[in-house]
Amino acid sequence: MSAKTIPMYKRPEGLTDVRTHYCAGCGHGIVHKLIAEALEELEVLDRTILIAPVGCAVLAYNYIEVDGLEAAHGRAPAVATGLKRALPDRMVISYQGDGDLLAIGTGETIHAANRGEDITVIFVNNAVYGMTGGQMAPTTLEGQKTLTSPYGRNPADVGFPIRACEVLDTLESPVYIERTSVHNPASVRKTKKAILKALKYQKDGLGYSFVEILSMCPTNWGVEPVTGAEWVKDAMMPWFTLKKFRDRPEEKKEEKQAS
Amino acid sequence: MSKTLLMKGNEALAEAAIIAGCRHYFAYPITPQNEIPAYLSRRMPEVGGTFLQAESELAAISMVLGAAAGGVRTMTSSSSPGMALKQEGISYIAGSELPCVLVNVMRGGPGLGAIAGAQGDYFQATRGGGNGDYRTIVLAPGSAQELADFTIDAFDLADEYRIPVLILADGYIGQMSEPVVLPEPTGKTFKKPWALTGAKGRSKNIIASMKLIPDTALEEHNLHLQEKYDLISENVRRIETYHTDDAEWLIVAYGTAARIARKAVDRLRAEGVKAGLFRPLSLWPFPDRELYELARNAGKVLTVEMSLGQLVEDVKLSVNGAVEVDLYGRAGGAVPALDDIIERIKSYERENHTHVQAS
Amino acid sequence: MTEELIIAGFGGQGVLLTGRLLCVAAMRLGKQVSHIPSYGAEMRGGTANCSVVISDEDIASPVIERPSIVIALNGPSVAKFEPRLRPGGLLIWNSSLVKQAPTRSDLVLVSLDAADRSLSEGTERAANMAAIGALLKLKPDIVPMEAVEAALDEVISARNRKHNPVNLRILHAGYEITKTINAA
Ligand SMILES: Cc1ncc(C[n+]2csc(CCOP(=O)(O)OP(=O)(O)O)c2C)c(N)n1
Repeated sequence: MSAKTIPMYKRPEGLTDVRTHYCAGCGHGIVHKLIAEALEELEVLDRTILIAPVGCAVLAYNYIEVDGLEAAHGRAPAVATGLKRALPDRMVISYQGDGDLLAIGTGETIHAANRGEDITVIFVNNAVYGMTGGQMAPTTLEGQKTLTSPYGRNPADVGFPIRACEVLDTLESPVYIERTSVHNPASVRKTKKAILKALKYQKDGLGYSFVEILSMCPTNWGVEPVTGAEWVKDAMMPWFTLKKFRDRPEEKKEEKQAS
Repeated sequence: MSKTLLMKGNEALAEAAIIAGCRHYFAYPITPQNEIPAYLSRRMPEVGGTFLQAESELAAISMVLGAAAGGVRTMTSSSSPGMALKQEGISYIAGSELPCVLVNVMRGGPGLGAIAGAQGDYFQATRGGGNGDYRTIVLAPGSAQELADFTIDAFDLADEYRIPVLILADGYIGQMSEPVVLPEPTGKTFKKPWALTGAKGRSKNIIASMKLIPDTALEEHNLHLQEKYDLISENVRRIETYHTDDAEWLIVAYGTAARIARKAVDRLRAEGVKAGLFRPLSLWPFPDRELYELARNAGKVLTVEMSLGQLVEDVKLSVNGAVEVDLYGRAGGAVPALDDIIERIKSYERENHTHVQAS
Repeated sequence: MTEELIIAGFGGQGVLLTGRLLCVAAMRLGKQVSHIPSYGAEMRGGTANCSVVISDEDIASPVIERPSIVIALNGPSVAKFEPRLRPGGLLIWNSSLVKQAPTRSDLVLVSLDAADRSLSEGTERAANMAAIGALLKLKPDIVPMEAVEAALDEVISARNRKHNPVNLRILHAGYEITKTINAA
């Protein structure tokens, strides 16, 4: 390999130079970095507000060099709605985990998407409630053992893991919906592209964009970090297909011009 | 007698709920009460019960409403921010006169606050955090053993009075492991002819908090509830006193704060200061008459709480101006320091004060 | 007798279990005990710890501001808890892992190659046992060795009980190699 092709990774300007509180092998840090890079590339660091969820990423605003806001558990899309409507020319990111987005905040999730709020939702799906110590999440896989599904998730009792992208894809308003993953370098690069696109659409005022990212939680899965990455591929990806569900900026642009 | 076990407070409570015959439990995860759902997710299937992790506290409390209407013993647990969400359902349950047990293992606030133990939800618990004119019985355990014992009591009280009973513990009580002897069931049974079991062989039952017709229906309902609350106020007054007979100083505290206050009483007595502890075990109804008598005899009252002036309001209402009341409060997960309590009282003693400075 | 102990180390070093073991042993002798873990996000990274009170009297608060004894199984635990010990307190530290030795001159400092003792018995997981052994030697009035031996089977889950013979050997090794201290 020639020196030219070796990618040089540096700390993006938008990423705060501190140690995060995340466990070894956690995916949140990777996603933070991708968001920081994308915001830097779009030159919007100084007009972005990041809404941190209640979940392991509750301190996300300490790690990304943009304005940060806290929302109550599950309410980030509603808070984002209020903020964006108050400041339509700012970038608003709602960063959420699976418990936050698909359990306590299901209502907020669906209605913000349905209204086509001009925000970007970054959804980190790790199949478990991380912050509270590993309880069953709406995305916990069939048979997966957690603190509150000690016998394994039984769909006959608590239903199947919910697929957020597929649910949101039934709505008319969203401009962009994609599911990616961060379990290996190639998928990290794809995720970066997805985040960049989602934020670009927001920058262009095209409406609601949603990126779901499959991510690792070795601590609560009770595995080593390396095994965690494999588990995303072997256990999560068969159920949560990586796919672009929706991408229609042209339509949105036309709609926008018409109105 | 069953064996002494080293049990975490939260787990002692969870097992006691099973002993009390609770087979329907609904909750949403939140620290520092997570051991309760984790424990019951294992135990409920073993005893043929239902454990369901709800999608939110709003949902969990509504599930409790439904189960209670069906006539079964049911419980939910949470911690401070989650309890805030449950207030909607609690108001409906109170209005509908349904029995259930609620548990708040308090952490510090406001907002997301932090997960260390605190007592900042005293007002929310005792004043009714939801809308309307209603009450819930509030019990305040101070050890893992009491978490278990009070849970048994709570289910009986709930059924007897058709009322939500709240167990108000702070995070330290829930998280601490201590020796516990699991309680026996009381064996009390309660008829529930009002339960919604299907109108087979009887006229239909309706459970609702809305009262529209006639115009006076809601006030009548409120007056009926008030009568019930008056009755509870007479019957459910729980206290513990420690060295209060000859006390010249009365410390008032509950939960973890009371454990420390009790130690302060010992230390003060060893140094010749006649101190005593008044510990309300029911926070609603608040044992006001009992406190009034003891406070008047003592003359000097210090409230110790893990909040900054909540319990002290009930203390002042109880003594009704008869004596002044001082406050030592800590917040945000801090526990009252033994030495601070002692020093506060000794500084008054040194200066020969006849009464304390009102907080 | 009232001792207020903080036991601290990495997650996975058996910190909570160490505390429970001491509590159950003391409880079976009729003493008052309390055990409270550090919980939630506090546990991530750095140290896990628990506070244990063992007393002949009722226990006031399970929360310990100024411990009388600290068992520190890793470096961050020494850094965090050495300053909090009360003067005259006892600090047992794991010299196999701790790079920065404790320095306070008003403490009883006892170093113990706990992790190496554990490794020499073929396991990485029983440094805590060596530390308990040392504690029992240094503070015989908390609980006697027999009480801890008896509590092992009760505290360790059925799944892990097969390791108890090794645990016992390391427990005793910690006891044997530690010298008694004369109260100054
Ligand atoms: C009203 C309310 N209920 C419960 C909690 C406790 N809580 C904090 S984070 C969390 C779940 C987080 O899981 P997830 O959204 O999947 O994010 P992760 O931590 O896995 O990134 C819960 C239940 C809370 N803070 N507020």
